Amino acid sequence: MKGNEALAEAAIRAGVDAYFGYPITPQSEVLEYLMAADPGKTTGMVVLQVESELAAINAVYGGAGCGKKVMTSSSSPGISLFQEGISYIAGAELPCLIVNVVRGGPGLGTIQPAQSDYFQACKGGGHGDYHLIVLAPASVQEMADFVEIAFDLAFKYRNPVMILSDGAIGQMMEKVYLKPSEERSKTFPEWATTGKPPERNRNIITSLDLDPYAQERRVLRLMEKYRQIEKNEVRYEEVRTEDADYLFVAYGTSARVCMKALQLARAEGIKAGLLRPITLYPFPSKRINELSGRMKHIISVEMSAGQMVEDVMLAVNGITDVSHFGRVGGVITEPEEVLENLKSKL
Amino acid sequence: MAMKTVTGIKEIIKPENLVYKKSSLLTDKPFSYCPGCGHGTAHRILAEVLEEEGLQSETIGVCPVGCSVLMYDFIDIDILEAAHGRAPAVATAIKRLFPEKFVFTYQGDGDLAAIGTSESIHACNRGENILIIFINNGIYGMTGGQMAPTTIPGMKTTTSPYGRDVKTMGNPVKLTELVALLPGTCYVTRQSVHTPATVRKTKKAIKKAVEYQKKNMGTCFIEIVSNCPSGWRMTPVESNKWMEENMFPFYPPGDLKVPKEDITKTKDNEGE
Repeated sequence: MKGNEALAEAAIRAGVDAYFGYPITPQSEVLEYLMAADPGKTTGMVVLQVESELAAINAVYGGAGCGKKVMTSSSSPGISLFQEGISYIAGAELPCLIVNVVRGGPGLGTIQPAQSDYFQACKGGGHGDYHLIVLAPASVQEMADFVEIAFDLAFKYRNPVMILSDGAIGQMMEKVYLKPSEERSKTFPEWATTGKPPERNRNIITSLDLDPYAQERRVLRLMEKYRQIEKNEVRYEEVRTEDADYLFVAYGTSARVCMKALQLARAEGIKAGLLRPITLYPFPSKRINELSGRMKHIISVEMSAGQMVEDVMLAVNGITDVSHFGRVGGVITEPEEVLENLKSKL
Repeated sequence: MAMKTVTGIKEIIKPENLVYKKSSLLTDKPFSYCPGCGHGTAHRILAEVLEEEGLQSETIGVCPVGCSVLMYDFIDIDILEAAHGRAPAVATAIKRLFPEKFVFTYQGDGDLAAIGTSESIHACNRGENILIIFINNGIYGMTGGQMAPTTIPGMKTTTSPYGRDVKTMGNPVKLTELVALLPGTCYVTRQSVHTPATVRKTKKAIKKAVEYQKKNMGTCFIEIVSNCPSGWRMTPVESNKWMEENMFPFYPPGDLKVPKEDITKTKDNEGE
């Protein structure tokens, strides 16, 4: 299955209530798969192609405000259009899933895979003080598995979650194990706008506080939530870090490239290790800091002009040298290039 | 004498003598609207219809960005506050997920006919089973009286201080006429709330929209041509007169589209 298709099938099986989307390469398979699968007839899941990314993300706002499991997906230029809605969703503290199958930018850019939306995903993107929880799959299997994890986190923290994939993971085909179908939930969180029965006060979904002190309380509440998320939800994978002198930090497609580069390096007697962040927000800063004392050099390998490297540097905090390496503009980095770059740091 | 008068009032306040009261679905929070503004009346008749139809627990509302941004403070129902112009997209999702609920949006002219044009047209085109209430006062009230998509030619606003010049600023958008052309809409009407008679008509229109939504007949779209005394720099009385003389010729009240099955019953809802 393609990564995009695995994600779509996993969404049906995870009991997602609705998907609203708009076509864009390289993620259109998500919408196409869902339309063909027609889950309205089986699970009752709503699948709707709307007129724009603005409509899609605001439909997600509506569905999420009613306490339903709602998602959308797009690729970089479309994600830029989502940003208004994402900010409102974060401000109103609504759970939802947003999938970004990243392509190279800026602008219309290219339809080839890239990792140049890291800043946008992890540092806000829209206006205001907020964070998304950001999951970075590195395989088709993870494209499927992360759907359920994303919704669990989204509802646990009342916070939007982004799966930050890329065109390579979305388009490539791998074997995938899918969980059996779950029933869609019939219960709603107590804050959801589902029609006010006599026994409770009315529910209001808003991100508006005209009183700045009220808005400050809202932002402080969000900040407290983010501290909890940073404490509890950091996920990462380590490969051969126990004896490593050199560390790659890489996520998604770049992590796979680094796996190969690591093997090539080890074959030449260079002790390379890999730390793969699975959550980009919260970032595994603490673990990277712990490892950095043992490393002669750390390379942030990413298909961008150097975005995650800033978080790596903050985590390392000057303990050892950190640099960035990676191709940009939709070109996938070759393992041999990574090895060559590593050798230049020896 | 005074005592006698008080006793007299007490005698009069009896259920059988009660001809008007505040809807139980209006909260005790005072409206934030300027004196004489049509929003308050529109809120009241909407609350009355929801109360009379027993829809409090069945209703999910979507309010806009603009003067009515705080609508959720005034009507005692579940409400979502949408981003500017996006209410029809928000309502689309809600109605698709809760087809049995009564779902409405309440939007101003800037919200619905400028920044949200796409969302408005496409929700109507899909025939979403929602009610769109469109308050058209030809101005951006909340932000201090700027030119709106519906500002009529020659009308002065803070961003058209010499009057709207259609040569450079474009013509007003008649979105109501536009959505009436779409097969997805089942009921499109233009009303007002500036006299007792028009208030009653508009309330009747909302009741019809409730009925049509129950029957899943498509999008109902009610434009309420309204005033903005503050933004127009007029007294409430002047503004209503100005609205009748200047807005109505451009935005004539009356039904633009009625469901076929109801064509015989709509005589009383036509424009004056």
